[in-house]
Amino acid sequence: MKPVAFDYVRARTLEEASEMLAAGGGAARLLAGGQSLGPMLNLRLARPMRLVDIKRADGFRALAADDATLSIGAGFTHAEIEDGAVEDPARGLLRHVARGIAYRAVRNRGTIGGSLAHADPAADWVSVFAALDGVAVARSARGTRRIASGAFLRGAFATALADDEVLAAVELPLLSAGARWAYRKVCRKTGEFASAIGVVVLDPARGLARVVAGAVEAAPVLLPATSEALRDHGPDAAEAALAEEIARLLPHLDPAARRLRMVAVRSALRDIAGEG
Amino acid sequence: MDGMEAKGEGIGARVRRKEDARLLAGRGQYVADIRIAGMRDVAFLRSPAAHARITRRAKPANAAEAVFFLDDLVGVKPIVTRSSIPGYKLSEWPVLAAQKVRYVGEAVAMCVADTRAEAEDLAERVEVEFNELPAIASCEAGRASGAALLHEQWGDNLFLQSHFDSGIAPVAASAPVKVELEVSCARQTMHPMEGKGLVAWWDFRAGQLVLNTSTQVPHMIRAGLAEVLGIPQAIIRIAPPDVGGGFGYKCLLQPEEVAVAWLALTRKAAFRWIEDRREHLVAGANARQHHYKLVAYADERGRMLGLDAEVSVDTGAYSVWPFTACLEAAQAGGNLPGPYDFRAYRCKVFSVATNKPPFAPYRGVARPGVCFAIEQVIDAIARAVGREACDVRAENLVPASAMPYVNVTNKHYDSGDYPGSLAMAREMIGLDEFRAGPKRDAQGRWIGIGFATYTEQSAHGTKVFASWGLPLVPGHDQAHVKLTPDGALEVRSGIHTIGQGLETTLAQVAHEMTGVPLADIRVTLGDTAVTPFSTGAYASRGIVMAGGAVSRAAGVVAERIRAIAAHLLQADPAAVEFRDGAVHAGAASVTYADIGRAWYLRPDQLPDGVNTGGLEATEGYKPTTDNGVFSYASHAAKIAVDPDTGLVEILDYAIVEDCGRMVNPMIVEGQTHGGAAQGIGSALFEESPYDERGQPLASTLLDYLLPGPTELPRFRIRHTETLSPHTAHGFKGVGEGGAIAPAGAVVNAINDALRDIGARVDAIPASPARILAAIAAAEERAA
Ligand SMILES: Cc1cc2nc3c(=O)[nH]c(=O)nc-3n(C[C@H](O)[C@H](O)[C@H](O)COP(=O)(O)OP(=O)(O)OC[C@H]3O[C@@H](n4cnc5c(N)ncnc54)[C@H](O)[C@@H]3O)c2cc1C
Repeated sequence: MKPVAFDYVRARTLEEASEMLAAGGGAARLLAGGQSLGPMLNLRLARPMRLVDIKRADGFRALAADDATLSIGAGFTHAEIEDGAVEDPARGLLRHVARGIAYRAVRNRGTIGGSLAHADPAADWVSVFAALDGVAVARSARGTRRIASGAFLRGAFATALADDEVLAAVELPLLSAGARWAYRKVCRKTGEFASAIGVVVLDPARGLARVVAGAVEAAPVLLPATSEALRDHGPDAAEAALAEEIARLLPHLDPAARRLRMVAVRSALRDIAGEG
Repeated sequence: MDGMEAKGEGIGARVRRKEDARLLAGRGQYVADIRIAGMRDVAFLRSPAAHARITRRAKPANAAEAVFFLDDLVGVKPIVTRSSIPGYKLSEWPVLAAQKVRYVGEAVAMCVADTRAEAEDLAERVEVEFNELPAIASCEAGRASGAALLHEQWGDNLFLQSHFDSGIAPVAASAPVKVELEVSCARQTMHPMEGKGLVAWWDFRAGQLVLNTSTQVPHMIRAGLAEVLGIPQAIIRIAPPDVGGGFGYKCLLQPEEVAVAWLALTRKAAFRWIEDRREHLVAGANARQHHYKLVAYADERGRMLGLDAEVSVDTGAYSVWPFTACLEAAQAGGNLPGPYDFRAYRCKVFSVATNKPPFAPYRGVARPGVCFAIEQVIDAIARAVGREACDVRAENLVPASAMPYVNVTNKHYDSGDYPGSLAMAREMIGLDEFRAGPKRDAQGRWIGIGFATYTEQSAHGTKVFASWGLPLVPGHDQAHVKLTPDGALEVRSGIHTIGQGLETTLAQVAHEMTGVPLADIRVTLGDTAVTPFSTGAYASRGIVMAGGAVSRAAGVVAERIRAIAAHLLQADPAAVEFRDGAVHAGAASVTYADIGRAWYLRPDQLPDGVNTGGLEATEGYKPTTDNGVFSYASHAAKIAVDPDTGLVEILDYAIVEDCGRMVNPMIVEGQTHGGAAQGIGSALFEESPYDERGQPLASTLLDYLLPGPTELPRFRIRHTETLSPHTAHGFKGVGEGGAIAPAGAVVNAINDALRDIGARVDAIPASPARILAAIAAAEERAA
């Protein structure tokens, strides 16, 4: 379990990283925390000619806020989010989620950008990004693109990033004081990838209600009818709409797997109801 | 704990482990830490097919001295494990597959390069073509008529089938209660923290092939390797470094070990192979998979009258050396009655050859499976007669008054109070309070309590091993003890240290006998060049066998110390005492250094007629019985099941264990914790599934779940000490026991929790999928 030989270069800046990617023409790969790429290299599932290390590159660790959003650089680690080194735009949701990713040694290295770019359907940030309806900021020599979560997450291990694009940052909405959230990750072991995820975000002041089923072997699925019921009539109404919508929107899963996603979302809705 | 701990440093003292000074500081030296100039790395090309004929093999260009097929390994014989059991069929396990592959992961080519990465590159360039044959991926498939044959010359796929019947027919005809069930255990890997690995090199000065191999049984490996390489044992030295866990996996002569040894022997240079996790998960999935069909008979109160069982062991493709393909079956059939008292037993055992890695005995050897099976039977009987399972269990256990007790399979239970241990576990877990209270918690989870009691034959004796037909039967274990000129003590034994604390416990035994302070005792283990013969560390035999041998050798040296001391002190030998790190007679004393100096440097001070053996002795030991000595324990688990997710949380876990005289209670607890953690792995997490084509479905730790600290409960342990009448100091073995009972206790607890829903889990691991399926099936039945 040792990787195929590759070249290794360290990018000094985000711009340099994207130039190197472009020059590599698909054979170059960014290396951030290495917590997903490392195992793929060792298993020889990934065989890049060149690794472009962005751990120390300038441009991936900016934090910028306006009234409505916080932009978090792609290079922040799960541990930094867990520790509060990054302000939490979602009133504790990010810190809560970060703490449940893998274990500390992985969190010390793994980055939010790496996780989203990798787009493992069972990854925690992927579901959170969808639930908060974040925006991915993609940069290349060709310019900057801002891609909404729904368009960015194309499926299992698939994103809208082009070969020469780097994920520079993610923009997340600043939830208002009265906002509530619930996050349920069903997994067999502490720090294991999820077998099902349910996320609920409810921010009445912003008219925001989003209920998402995650870890569905594809991109996370927004449940619009359930979300609408939650916004207009509360968690009980949302729960009443849930089963039918899950059945309709997750036809690719077998009944037991579908039921588990339903359970995860239902538990999250009940958490919201319990707080309300 | 329970006031039986000794003060000081001898037998019974809770002293810290000597080896931890290096092991816990990251200074252990494992195979992968060894550097030898010019050493090259080996990677194996492994079969991607479960069952196939090899139709073509081709090396990459210019790789004649870098890629090796079986044909290149001139003089190397296949691994063949003979057995004296009638009807046992021999398998020939080629060190590298040449004509046919019989499991995914079987080594086909050996590739050598300066680094492992380059060796793997080379392996990718070797061309092998396979013509796939139908795969046998289960016992059922293997026994079906017309099944594809793994070993064509056999005519079927059975290594062995055995049959035992004490006379079940009358009981079957008359018993008022009959319970039928089928239970099964998943295939597992043993997963020591350090995988298998070795460095092999040629020692020109000694004229020896040296293997720094990660093994539990260096002296046995020397014998096995000599046979397969066709060279004298005298030119082989097995010098294992620190071993990061073995669990049985490192008891085997591995084909990789043979192939790499051949390289060093013929190339007279250094080579190494370090097993990686993926290799272990794929080629090392070799343990635990049993299937049971059980019919139990009882009276109306649930008193068991008889058991009719059919056991299938998914034995894999070849027989491992030296434990044979049938040790598991022999132990399964022989140990299924467990600690229970009934006299009618019939058992058929099938050891079925399948297209999976060759089966090997894993910590607890068959008993985790049989304990799980018989404990399901006890609870099923209790359900059938409508009584508390713990009561029914207690009434069926062999009572203390019946000891010593010979059971229906002729096991000699030497001592103990099995119902007493269950009663203590019942109290610790709070069964009666729980029965009086609610069955669900605030989160809506179902709560249940389950028990399992086992008796564990440890340190199986010569006759026991001989009856299992093994090619290599253990007799006396040897130990060497020597007082040095400056008064320190050297202890040597051929058993190996694999993390189980023998460097400390053997020193405690030597201290007990000689009084030499623990800090001055150095224990050297395993290296065949400097240690006397032992078959090694397995079968919970270390403290009984090596401990007994050290006790004896140290006792002999102690008498010689006494004689010299008496002379130096001008006292009667009977008045000489070992105390406070010195040798006393009345008010006068000498140090151990004084005695060492007298023998080695100032023989003019020695008494006339001094024993010419000097201050060193090698002595052999085995217990006064050949039947093995029986440790036992009761485990109790309290768990919560979430009926929505199928997730199980262990809320409380109590263990009452008895391993005879404890040398070091802390080490006993450590062994019990580690074993129980592995048992919980079997109960809830670990599984190597295969598809119908024999493809393994868990090849990374993402799919193969090992329990971590947060999945494990805080084990609460209580000790009792019933000394063995047959061993030095009353020792019994304890290394394996912890792993035996958890699946039984945890699954009984799950089924207790699910009882009101009418659901029952009958296979381990009790994964969320299995639990949810059991609930769904119960709902369907109810509808
Ligand atoms: C034992 C273990 C347990 C884990 N458990 C969990 C878990 O419970 N939940 C969970 O969500 N995750 C889990 N993970 C995955 C972990 O969160 C990874 O850190 C994360 O998925 C990848 O982040 P990284 O920075 O390490 O990215 P890397 O591994 O370095 O890269 C991953 C991929 O993203 C690309 N990439 C990285 N950064 C960028 C960028 N800025 N722009 C474009 N492409 C980029 C890389 O080229 C690569 O293809 C676990 C990992 C391990 C090893």
